[in-house]
Amino acid sequence: MDMVVCIKQVPETTDIGWDPQTGSLIREGVPGILNPNDKNALEAALDLREKHGGLITALSMGPPQAEEALREALSMGIDRGILLSDSLFAGADTLSTSYTLGLALEKIARFDLILCGKESSDGMTAQVGPQLAELLNLPQLTCAIEITVNRSAVKIKQKLEDGFRILETCLPALITVEREINRPRIPAMDSIIEAYRDKKVQVWAGADIGCHTEHLGLKGSPTRSRKVYRKKVKRGEVTILEGEPDEAAKELIQILKQKGLL
Amino acid sequence: MSPDELKEYKGLWVFIEQRNGNPVRVSLELLGKGRTLADQLDVDVTAILVGEGVSGIPEELIYYGADRVIIADDPIARDYRTEVYADIIVEQVLREKPEILLIGATCIGRDLAPRISARLETGCTADCTELHIDKEMRLIVAAKPFFGRNLMADFICPFRRPQMATVRPGVMELKAQDRKRKGKLICVDLNLKEEDIRVTVLETVRSAPDGTSLEEADKVVVGGMGLGDVKGFEMLKELADLLRAKVGATSLPVDAGWISKDYQVGQTGKAIRPRLYIGCGVSGAIQHSAGMIHSELIVAININPKADIFNFADYGIIGDVNEIVPALIKELHEMNPKI
Ligand SMILES: Cc1cc2nc3c(=O)[nH]c(=O)nc-3n(C[C@H](O)[C@H](O)[C@H](O)COP(=O)(O)OP(=O)(O)OC[C@H]3O[C@@H](n4cnc5c(N)ncnc54)[C@H](O)[C@@H]3O)c2cc1C
Ligand SMILES: Nc1ncnc2c1ncn2[C@@H]1O[C@H](COP(=O)(O)O)[C@@H](O)[C@H]1O
Repeated sequence: MDMVVCIKQVPETTDIGWDPQTGSLIREGVPGILNPNDKNALEAALDLREKHGGLITALSMGPPQAEEALREALSMGIDRGILLSDSLFAGADTLSTSYTLGLALEKIARFDLILCGKESSDGMTAQVGPQLAELLNLPQLTCAIEITVNRSAVKIKQKLEDGFRILETCLPALITVEREINRPRIPAMDSIIEAYRDKKVQVWAGADIGCHTEHLGLKGSPTRSRKVYRKKVKRGEVTILEGEPDEAAKELIQILKQKGLL
Repeated sequence: MSPDELKEYKGLWVFIEQRNGNPVRVSLELLGKGRTLADQLDVDVTAILVGEGVSGIPEELIYYGADRVIIADDPIARDYRTEVYADIIVEQVLREKPEILLIGATCIGRDLAPRISARLETGCTADCTELHIDKEMRLIVAAKPFFGRNLMADFICPFRRPQMATVRPGVMELKAQDRKRKGKLICVDLNLKEEDIRVTVLETVRSAPDGTSLEEADKVVVGGMGLGDVKGFEMLKELADLLRAKVGATSLPVDAGWISKDYQVGQTGKAIRPRLYIGCGVSGAIQHSAGMIHSELIVAININPKADIFNFADYGIIGDVNEIVPALIKELHEMNPKI
């Protein structure tokens, strides 16, 4: 069973600049990490490979430095990495990202299952998985906390806010996984070294996947961030309760009492 | 789309998610918000309702702000399935061309909205916490906290229709029903065949709502990193019990594993509107305030007088939670020795 895992490199910190012109995050020069949720997708794929065999490809769209995320995936034990990198891809929203990933998947052609994280820690939209499934006309199973494959059928336990469902579909399909599905393995030092030394990461540009430039990057993105701004949330003046801890506590309790909150 | 094509799209739609024949709260919140936005554009609000045996719901949707309700009632739509619901909604959208489509950012809404947006090749802004209309440009502006400290971002979808957004449950006010409102019901036929649907639902288990979830709590005491460790949350629980409040948390203690994600308040947690919010060792980052700013009374306990939370708290105590919280517990015990 061949699998493709979509992984994203995300900024390590939350304190990050943005380009006031385009509203995009400035990723260049910011240390990146593999999106934590995508490690779960990789772990799920490795687990399925143990049971069913097959080849695992990690696919990522991003600036050249996103290769590090693919190396990390390799060190976890996946078979190969493909980086989609081209200045034409810059500024992509989720739809344009999905379009680009979709073309790469059409080029990869051989896969039974696509795995994504539910959401990325920077975008946090949880949109790329379902959009990719739509563009490839595949059934989607989202928010998986368990996956079982039986021949050509795949079943998941889907987490909902107030319970769960068991869903089933036929392969090929796309699954997004929750954080709690598994505990991603921590690669051993020698596999990390090996991932950097031997295993190759292919880099594909726009021309390699035959895309129409009007669908790419900022140009191909229907949503725009019009404005990014610092917002000081304010609601009137705060009344500070002064004094020693027990005095301040007494005063607060009095206030809550007066307001009928006790 | 060309300017002429864009002009063909009119009206605001809200997808009504229902569970066992009851609309989920966020759908009703969106009808109220949608009503306000639609009035600014001078257009109708349409609720689109999909399911089996949902005929009891439409009146209520009108009372909450809809002018029209499109009903797709069919056994094939009994359980939510992405393809079925996407097919139905896309067909109606292509026929009637609404300019705006709003969906609650529930598990199901977040599964459905991106699927629809990809099929319609339009933009969908996920997990918004604010919506308003730019009248001049005739656009909906969807805002949400941005990655980074105290940053917000406004998103627009200028050249595609419908403009889509998913909205976090709890951030929009649930408006009162207006039982005098009248509206139009439109039943649509489905011509979907079960054998074309690729996903089967084998089982659904929903835990019964116990009516005491964080979102519905009257009082919430929220702990942040300032609590220091798991023990801090034990102390907080004691305070919460005495106040008959629920415990909540910011995202960092959740990430640290001190408390489960179910308790997280904020942009990526739950949005709450209690009568009383007490933040203990909470800095007040915008991703957190997005989920609690509509609380009636906000109290903050923080050691740093410059913490952002003091910008929007009503009452503040500047001090160490390890001193203030025990003092509050002691005071509450003295007040009511029985508990
Ligand atoms: C995409 C994204 C989504 C996010 N979603 C959420 C979300 O849903 N909910 C959420 O809460 N956050 C969310 N965050 C994180 C958010 O940006 C903040 O990092 C987080 O809310 C800060 O948590 P905190 O206030 O507990 O911790 P800190 O910011 O570390 O603040 C701790 C506070 O405690 C005070 N303090 C320290 N010691 C004491 C003491 N002994 N006594 C009293 N006070 C003390 C400090 O002065 C400080 O103000 C998100 C971030 C991103 C990027
Ligand atoms: N640039 C990207 N390259 C590869 N996969 C991505 C990319 N962006 C998002 N994904 C995948 O889509 C999931 C959801 O991302 P998001 O929609 O940003 O929350 C992630 O967990 C990844 O699996």
